Amino acid sequence: MISSATRARIDAEIAKYPVKRGALLPALHHVHAELGYVSHESAAAIADIFDLRPVEVMEVVSFYNMFFDTPQPRHHVRVCTNLPCSLRGARTLLAQIESHLGIEAGQASSDGRIGLGHEECLGACAYAPMMRVNDRYHEDLDVEKAKRILDSLE
Amino acid sequence: MSVTLTIDGRGVTVRSGTTIWEAARGAGIAIPTLCHDPGLEPVGVCRMCAVEVEGARVMAASCVRLAEPGMVVRTASEKIERCRAMLTELLMSEQPDVSAKERTTADDELHALARRYGVRPRLRRGAARPRDDSSPVIEVDHQACILCDRCIRACNDVQHNDVIGRTGKGYRARIAFDLDQGMGDSTCVSCGECVAACPTGALVNKPISAPLRPRAELAAIDTVCPYCGVGCALTYHVDEAANRVVFAEGRESPGSRGRLCVKGRYGFDYVSHPHRLTRPLIRIDYPKRALSSEVESSRRERRKPGGIVDYDEVMPAFREASWDEALDLVASRLREIRDRSGSGALAGFGSAKCSNEEAYLFQKLVRAVFGTNNVDHCTRLCHASSVAALLQMIGSGAVTTTYGDVENSDVVLITGSNTTSNHPVAATFFKDAARRGTKLIVVDPRHSGIADHAWRFCRIRSGTDVAFYNGLMRVIIEEGLTDADYIAEHTTGFEEIERAVKAYTPERVSGICGVPAALLREVAIAYGEARAAITFWGMGMSQHVHGTDNCRCIISLALMTGNVGRPGTGLHPLRGQNNVQGASDAGLIPMSYPGYQPVTSEAARARFEAAWDAKLDPQTGLTSVEIIEAARDGVVKGMYMLGENPFLSEPNVNEVRKGLAALEFLVVQDIFLTETAEFADVVLPATSALEKTGTYTNTDRRVQIGRPALAPPGEARLDWEIICEISTRMGYPMQYDSASEIFDEVVSLTDSHSGLRHDNLGATGKLYPCPNPEESDGTVVMFGDGFPTGDGRARFVAAEHSGADELPDAEYPFILVTGRVLEHWHTGVMTRRSRALSALVPEAFAEVHPEDCERLALEEDGFVRVRSRRGEVTLRVRKSVDTQPGSVFIPFHFREAAANVLTTDKLDPDGKIPEFKFCAVRLETADL
Repeated sequence: MISSATRARIDAEIAKYPVKRGALLPALHHVHAELGYVSHESAAAIADIFDLRPVEVMEVVSFYNMFFDTPQPRHHVRVCTNLPCSLRGARTLLAQIESHLGIEAGQASSDGRIGLGHEECLGACAYAPMMRVNDRYHEDLDVEKAKRILDSLE
Repeated sequence: MSVTLTIDGRGVTVRSGTTIWEAARGAGIAIPTLCHDPGLEPVGVCRMCAVEVEGARVMAASCVRLAEPGMVVRTASEKIERCRAMLTELLMSEQPDVSAKERTTADDELHALARRYGVRPRLRRGAARPRDDSSPVIEVDHQACILCDRCIRACNDVQHNDVIGRTGKGYRARIAFDLDQGMGDSTCVSCGECVAACPTGALVNKPISAPLRPRAELAAIDTVCPYCGVGCALTYHVDEAANRVVFAEGRESPGSRGRLCVKGRYGFDYVSHPHRLTRPLIRIDYPKRALSSEVESSRRERRKPGGIVDYDEVMPAFREASWDEALDLVASRLREIRDRSGSGALAGFGSAKCSNEEAYLFQKLVRAVFGTNNVDHCTRLCHASSVAALLQMIGSGAVTTTYGDVENSDVVLITGSNTTSNHPVAATFFKDAARRGTKLIVVDPRHSGIADHAWRFCRIRSGTDVAFYNGLMRVIIEEGLTDADYIAEHTTGFEEIERAVKAYTPERVSGICGVPAALLREVAIAYGEARAAITFWGMGMSQHVHGTDNCRCIISLALMTGNVGRPGTGLHPLRGQNNVQGASDAGLIPMSYPGYQPVTSEAARARFEAAWDAKLDPQTGLTSVEIIEAARDGVVKGMYMLGENPFLSEPNVNEVRKGLAALEFLVVQDIFLTETAEFADVVLPATSALEKTGTYTNTDRRVQIGRPALAPPGEARLDWEIICEISTRMGYPMQYDSASEIFDEVVSLTDSHSGLRHDNLGATGKLYPCPNPEESDGTVVMFGDGFPTGDGRARFVAAEHSGADELPDAEYPFILVTGRVLEHWHTGVMTRRSRALSALVPEAFAEVHPEDCERLALEEDGFVRVRSRRGEVTLRVRKSVDTQPGSVFIPFHFREAAANVLTTDKLDPDGKIPEFKFCAVRLETADL
């Protein structure tokens, strides 16, 4: 469900827009920040707050890649494997990360800590290879640096 | 303003604002389309209807492009046809190998186009999109979906159920239900409007009572839905060889406009249930008692699990008999009781399920042959108080306008009506209005589905309606919002109201009703300022010991603001059964002959004595609850029951049981062996609405013909023929050749119906009064120029708040409110024998507020024992905030947990209607 703190943030977003539903995307971001995904209960609660049909909320949630409607690992780790990164060893790096975490790209660790995957170009080619951890870029990576970063995630 | 354009070389003139597609259609030129349907808002997404417009850069989607003067349009050039063929091929490339629609009704519109364009899919995309089998009535195949949005518009714009949308993007885009759940897990109400709209095999009906077969191989029977008073026009598609309805479809009508609900579309299979009675039965097991173990005593601790009457248990008490033997026995026993104990020892219950013809003949039999006015039916249990108030104040019990007239209103008051469950198709028109900005004011103790669409929802405490409306009227008077001209010209007795409502200040009313004074004021001002306000009400108003007072208040409210007699204004008690209006019109009530002519009037009696050639009883007869009491007291000794099931429908059924068991002779004529028939001496197998011709009058006063779709099972006979047989055998010959001939007799004695005949009712019936049925649909708005009262004026009648009969106390602290659910119908005799409806809601439940559940340690889906001073039932708990804290809601359809074991049989003094909506109960946890 939606905590009162998140509800307050959502109300603050709504106040910024001339039409209530304009604040739907920011509101979903707040839900995501709290839960890591948009649960059915929170989608229903959002629909209630915004006077929308439940399916209208799901239309938005399912359209954008940054929203999930199922529980997610706590951290999304995405290694760019486009051409410039690959030329600078990204594929090897990904393989090493896979063996370090004991999971393959597309999987999540059994403790729910890390979900690992590929990423298309994030525009950081000058600092290849790179990976994204949630919303942060980590650039000029080598395997040791990547392991340190991964191990520091809670 | 008109527009002239050229389509395929022909000049076509249309009203401005017409689309090219409509203009072409009007000229007999069919432009193929997939996403468009004339009943839906055009969206122009499929591009199949693209046409060439001379001088235009690109092709235009004709379903959305408006016709312009001088436009030159080509609808089928070589280029266009090539495009359509390509489009069809692309769409077909994603279709599953077998279309569920081709496999069933064989009317897949995309496949028809593929045949037309000779398309064989060369490209094949994978079948990655899932199927969804979760709904009991609808099969979803996402792979066959072409995202035309027709189902979305049908769900959201036609039925306003707001369940379907589309999720995902690209190849994964698909239609979705609520939170992207399975259809059966969503809030879908199974109305099937989406299936009716779907052009492909994405949404198809599941078989109900026979395998689905190509439409072209089936007989299409245009008739009327047998369920509620909305009286939706529908078509049954019938497999004549198998004698089964295969599927049902809505049919265009000025009333229901092709819409249906779950009961109409999927609930027809009861008629083919193996429990149908096929031969007359004569009782061999005496003394009489309830035969099903679980109805024998509501106090028995261990009950067997619920369900309908168990035939294995009940049938051994009867033996089969020939019609002659059974009819002779009925006639001789009834005659013997009449001759020995007098006419007053006999009584008859007809049913609001009877056609006009059956209702008329039944009351004629009781009055002319039994010699008594002891004839009544379930109208007594639904709108008796509404009719009492309407007759007293405006001189007519019928609605003053239709439900469709809501489109001309700017304020709608809906009170005591769970419209979305009980009049689902009428509700779609109220939701239409709300969407357009009409202010919907919903007043109800319970938050039912229609409250979701309300502009303001006033959640009053149960039984405080009179206080609420007196408060409303006080504000309207104070604010000067009354219509002084209307009051002066068309009414009398307004001073009485002014005096009576003085004491009902918003603050005092707020204290009584639990509604904020500011909300009361706001709603009163909105109603008072309305250009046209219309009022709809249901059992929440009528089923109280002060039901007539409740109705008096809303009638006064409409009168003082001049909201009667103009388009968009009026008083509309939403009728429950398919023919409750017609059965009352036909005289199936103890106080009047057909056409509400009082039995106490010399003139009326003389008219009917002459017409029927019989001596008639000048005394008003007993009403339904009174008849049951009289049976218990041994005053009424013999009864004829036609299609009525008082064992479940009457209040305080433990007393009803005693009454039924005390009868010397009971004959029950029905299509199933009902709970009531367990007490019968003779049971006569009757025909269902799907097996006979007859007229039914809906809530709008629309008299419509029901036509036979099926042959009756076994030796079951037409109801009117059975009545004639009994009458003739009792020494009063009744002889008719057809239902139509009976109808002519009804019309000859019922002035409001004059001019109507079976053969001029047309495909969609007529609204009576209809003086010119050949040319007109009948009268929508009544009483624009006065009322059918002595002086032509309506009469104000004031009411004082008095409260319910049995208020909660320490021992019985909860208020019991009874009602219905969308999927079931009254005592469940029909709907619980419908596969789909029974699957959707298989068992009884008690709706309790979560706070009360917590306090009493009641668990969702656990069991609760509900006890009143009259009995107890045990049933499942459903937590819901729709019911107020301190209240419990129980639907009365379920025999094994009959809500009416608990209800009180205290009556409203004028309407003689029992207080189904209020009695005191106690809740306890129960293990089962």
